[in-house]
Amino acid sequence: MTDATTQMADRRPTRRRRRRAGTAHIVVFLAPALLIYTIFSIYPLVESLRLSLFDGLDDGSAVWTGLGNYARLLFDSNWSVRFWNALWNNLILFFIHMVVQNPLGLLLAALLSLAPRFGGAYRTLIFVPTLLSVVIVGFVWELILSPLWGVAEGMLSAVGLGFLYAPWLGLEDSALTAVSLISVWQYVGIPMMLIYAALLSIPDELLDAARVDGLSGWWIFWKVKLPLILPTLGIVAILTYIGNFTSAFDLIYSIQGVLGPPDYSTDIMGTLMFRTFFGQQTQIGDIYMGATVASMMFFVILVGVTIYLVGVQRRLTRYEM
Amino acid sequence: MTDTPDTSRSRRGRSKSWGTAATVHAVLLGYTIIALFPVIVVILNSFKNRRGIFTEPLALPGPETFSLEGYSTVLSEGSFLLYYGNSLIVTVVSLFLILLLGAMAAHALSEYRFRLNGILSVYMILGIMVPIRLGTVAILQLMVQLDLVNTLVSLIFVYTAQGLPIAVFILTEFMRTLSRDIKDCARVDGLSEYRIFFEVVLPLVRPVLATVAVFSMIPIWNDLWFPLILASSDATKTVTLGVQQFIGQYTVNWSAVLASLSIAILPVLVLYAIFSRQLISGITSGAVKG
Repeated sequence: MTDATTQMADRRPTRRRRRRAGTAHIVVFLAPALLIYTIFSIYPLVESLRLSLFDGLDDGSAVWTGLGNYARLLFDSNWSVRFWNALWNNLILFFIHMVVQNPLGLLLAALLSLAPRFGGAYRTLIFVPTLLSVVIVGFVWELILSPLWGVAEGMLSAVGLGFLYAPWLGLEDSALTAVSLISVWQYVGIPMMLIYAALLSIPDELLDAARVDGLSGWWIFWKVKLPLILPTLGIVAILTYIGNFTSAFDLIYSIQGVLGPPDYSTDIMGTLMFRTFFGQQTQIGDIYMGATVASMMFFVILVGVTIYLVGVQRRLTRYEM
Repeated sequence: MTDTPDTSRSRRGRSKSWGTAATVHAVLLGYTIIALFPVIVVILNSFKNRRGIFTEPLALPGPETFSLEGYSTVLSEGSFLLYYGNSLIVTVVSLFLILLLGAMAAHALSEYRFRLNGILSVYMILGIMVPIRLGTVAILQLMVQLDLVNTLVSLIFVYTAQGLPIAVFILTEFMRTLSRDIKDCARVDGLSEYRIFFEVVLPLVRPVLATVAVFSMIPIWNDLWFPLILASSDATKTVTLGVQQFIGQYTVNWSAVLASLSIAILPVLVLYAIFSRQLISGITSGAVKG
């Protein structure tokens, strides 16, 4: 994927493509993909944005409210407290992934790129959690960390650290961190693989040249390899950012349920959107506010992607291989 | 590490690299254990009775603790075979459509020059950045109108739409690097544009198709969101949703919970053991060749 983007960047405008008579085959090739993609992906997205500008009346009809729903979400304390809390939790989730998952992925990839014995076996086994369903991962960790079963507590006690144990998933202060680390555990295989592939694609001549210049392994990594794989690290960062708004829901829904307990400390945009849309216990489902929450997620993702495209990727293209 | 009085240059060099190798292995092995430990604990305990699970969670199942009670509960109470079938149908059909339709679109965008080419390329790629889940509200309304709620077809459409952008992106980039001469030769031989695609281009992009398949497959198989919203009926549950709901009902029956988790994990592990070589090389080579 890394090189795919770099190739896109240096696509030559002089590429010659032959104009051919008849366009029927072009339509046949394009139409099925365009249709399915438009009907089930783009149209629902646009429709959600449109719905967010309406409000429902008791008789089931919709009335235009302009940005009224957004104003409620951002400023009406019935909504804004939950919204800002969820957005903040999403950002914390992202932050923990950036400081734990991606450096860990980089470390593992760097070690694997030294081509140690059994490297293939390590790579294969470390990727196992990534393949498992988030639901399964969530339950597995819930059991392991459960005070009822006591596996985590027993293991800490075995090394004399039993006093450190707490039911992390159930405590307000630690629940979000615990959920984030479970997610890191599951997904670290992806940055590891992407970075590993990028490290492998560095030409040997470059590394040989660095070695001839007398650079040690450590310096070669910092001064030669790391700058060359920066575009991949950028892609990993933006994938992490987008993933926080999608796949994180599955994990929190499985472990904690739709309310983001305890006391909304693990409530994120995904759970908020689900609750708003479908309702729960005392709250009635509201498709218009649900669409508004989804649209806010859309704008938040858009901000991140824009920062990435304008700020990060532009600057990185200088280092392309 | 193994310092001996003998400190000749070569010897010292060797012991230093030995130390490096040991560190590398210590870290990788350590993390491998962390990655596998929770999975192994769950699978081991699924073969124990209730007492065995609680008294010695880390012990292997012994003659006194071995039991299949969890599995018998799961097999009699849950319809996991059906859920597996549903997941399999949804994943395989979606993958087939993503690969076929994605390759066709990528071929059109990379091979032919026409007015809307640039716009359509960007349009198709938008979906990589914008998660399809954000349109859930409207997707559900649409499925209600099309009378597709609680059908596997609804999931197949959504997953195909979800997988197409990345497939088109990767395949277009790769197809642009294919030599034109082969295709032009085929044209001179009088092959139709359709036969050129199926008989010349598709075989050439097979390795990239494998990469795309890997990238697209995992999120489809593991998804909870859309099965929960679009197809939560008993007949259409996927295995991910089935396990999630089964465990919700049986929280107190630990052996059943552990057994259902194991039933969900084991087939994935078996398939992975068989295909891991292709899968891993698909991910890495795809990323390298792009």
